[in-house]
Amino acid sequence: MIRASLKELSTALATRKISAVELAGEFLDRIEKRNPTLNAFITVDRDRTLAGARLADQRRAKGETGPLLGVPLAHKDIFCTGEWLTTCGSKMLSNFVSPYDAHVVERFKTAGTVMLGKLNMDEFAMGSSNETSYFGPVKNPWDPRRVPGGSSGGSAAAVAARLTPAATGTDTGGSIRQPAALCGLTGLKPTYGVVSRYGMIAFASSLDQAGPMAKSAEDCALMLSAMAGFDERDSTSLRRETEDYARDLAKPLAGLRIGLPKEFFGEGMDADVRAAVEAALDEYRRLGAATVEVSLPNSGLSVAAYYVIAPAEASSNLSRFDGVRYGHRAAEYADLVDMYCKSRAQGFGEEVKRRILIGTYVLSHGYYDAYYVKAQKIRRLIATDFEEAFKVCDVIMGPTTPSVAFRFGEKSADPVQMYLSDIYTIAVNLAGLPGMSIPCGFGNDGMPVGLQVIGPWFAEAKMLNVAHQYQQVTDWHARMPGDAA
Amino acid sequence: MSLNHDEVRRIARLARLEISPDEVEGTRARLNGILDFIAQLQSVDTRDVVPMAHAIDVVQRLRADQVTETDRRDAYQAVAPETEAGLYLVPKVIE
Repeated sequence: MIRASLKELSTALATRKISAVELAGEFLDRIEKRNPTLNAFITVDRDRTLAGARLADQRRAKGETGPLLGVPLAHKDIFCTGEWLTTCGSKMLSNFVSPYDAHVVERFKTAGTVMLGKLNMDEFAMGSSNETSYFGPVKNPWDPRRVPGGSSGGSAAAVAARLTPAATGTDTGGSIRQPAALCGLTGLKPTYGVVSRYGMIAFASSLDQAGPMAKSAEDCALMLSAMAGFDERDSTSLRRETEDYARDLAKPLAGLRIGLPKEFFGEGMDADVRAAVEAALDEYRRLGAATVEVSLPNSGLSVAAYYVIAPAEASSNLSRFDGVRYGHRAAEYADLVDMYCKSRAQGFGEEVKRRILIGTYVLSHGYYDAYYVKAQKIRRLIATDFEEAFKVCDVIMGPTTPSVAFRFGEKSADPVQMYLSDIYTIAVNLAGLPGMSIPCGFGNDGMPVGLQVIGPWFAEAKMLNVAHQYQQVTDWHARMPGDAA
Repeated sequence: MSLNHDEVRRIARLARLEISPDEVEGTRARLNGILDFIAQLQSVDTRDVVPMAHAIDVVQRLRADQVTETDRRDAYQAVAPETEAGLYLVPKVIE
């Protein structure tokens, strides 16, 4: 069943071809075999998973139905899960068992999914390669010498290697789309406010958004329908009509207007990525879509604006880790302030500390206007660019990343080089727009390439339709590592 | 804008992060690399641009001022480094 779609799994469960316990067991066996190499999971607990699967089988035996009842999936370790460790990829939380479930976790529990485990990630979601995890880097299943991307690298690697049928991720600057691209998956970051952030450990609160990572757009639609919804415990959760995100999947694409930002097709994109993206655009033209050039003149400033706003918000959010109420506390200290300083210095890794320091600096007395307010003004310019572009197109397309997956150590010495690997994804977060990455071929050394699809606010169903129609005429999304080329 | 060693130590202090003497120079170099990178923002004319704090333009929701939380002190304190009689223990602050 490892190649089966969520819909196929759902049907197999509903027709009693397989039980939730058997299905979970199949994936647990696969995890046991492959995870020691890939390091995609931080926590696996066979007994707990099988207990969850038995519960799903009991619910079905009692007559309950539902598209996700008994379907196994795994959560990024940023989502609080009662009874399971929630580490956020950090030494700071290496012993943390949350007293409550995140809203997303609650929703999936209600839907009857079976949790396979908690997925590795860059520490506090700060990274683009998974090299910042306290629990060690995740390997890219297409080539273990390469990064899976980040920060949802464990989610991406686990789905790519078919250790789980689907996974949750979070995206603050590209952390769903970039790993989805580098591992050959379909991943969707929804419009800001569509999925509740309650129980999702905060990095940059005005940018953080959870979303699905799966093998296809259809699977993502099913996942998002379960994840999305109003939650009064998140002050930025939006009160909207419930949506079936799969409702438009079958619509034809004739007449679709695709905007191609000239800034995304200039220098900086590798030739192999460009070739795959261009080929995908040709496929869309064959499906009846028309392409139109658009411009996002301020998008080149997005990485710089992001590296003011995100660290500023992170320095504030991460001040809660003080060694008092939860998390790591230093063994020895002189006084209270010394306890804070030592606990935090020991509990956080290099990249997290770097971002806290940058954030502290840009928010400090005398610099707030020059950095933070300035970056917020540029954020407005970036969002306005998208508004203008969407006057002449329905969706925007371009590369998700400038290159295919890079090798371990290639960018980790220079933070700015690492930050630039998110050059095409960050503007979407600043504007709060929905963004997707879908597999569109392979580049150098047989590594996957991602096509980014960006929609207007709340256009998720449309984007999933656009992705799904492409996946009806191509099979890039169905390829898995180890398949014959 | 380029940070010196004293400024790096001051920021670390503000951030409540201990920084050892042998970390100061490496931290300074990397932070300055990032500050050089974000300096490009200064060249953009942003007169009359309203800062965008948030992606979605909505007003803060309010709710009735009622107690909605149940008492879960034991569950919350189960993950605390040190507690006693329902209290979080920290080093003595007041002599």
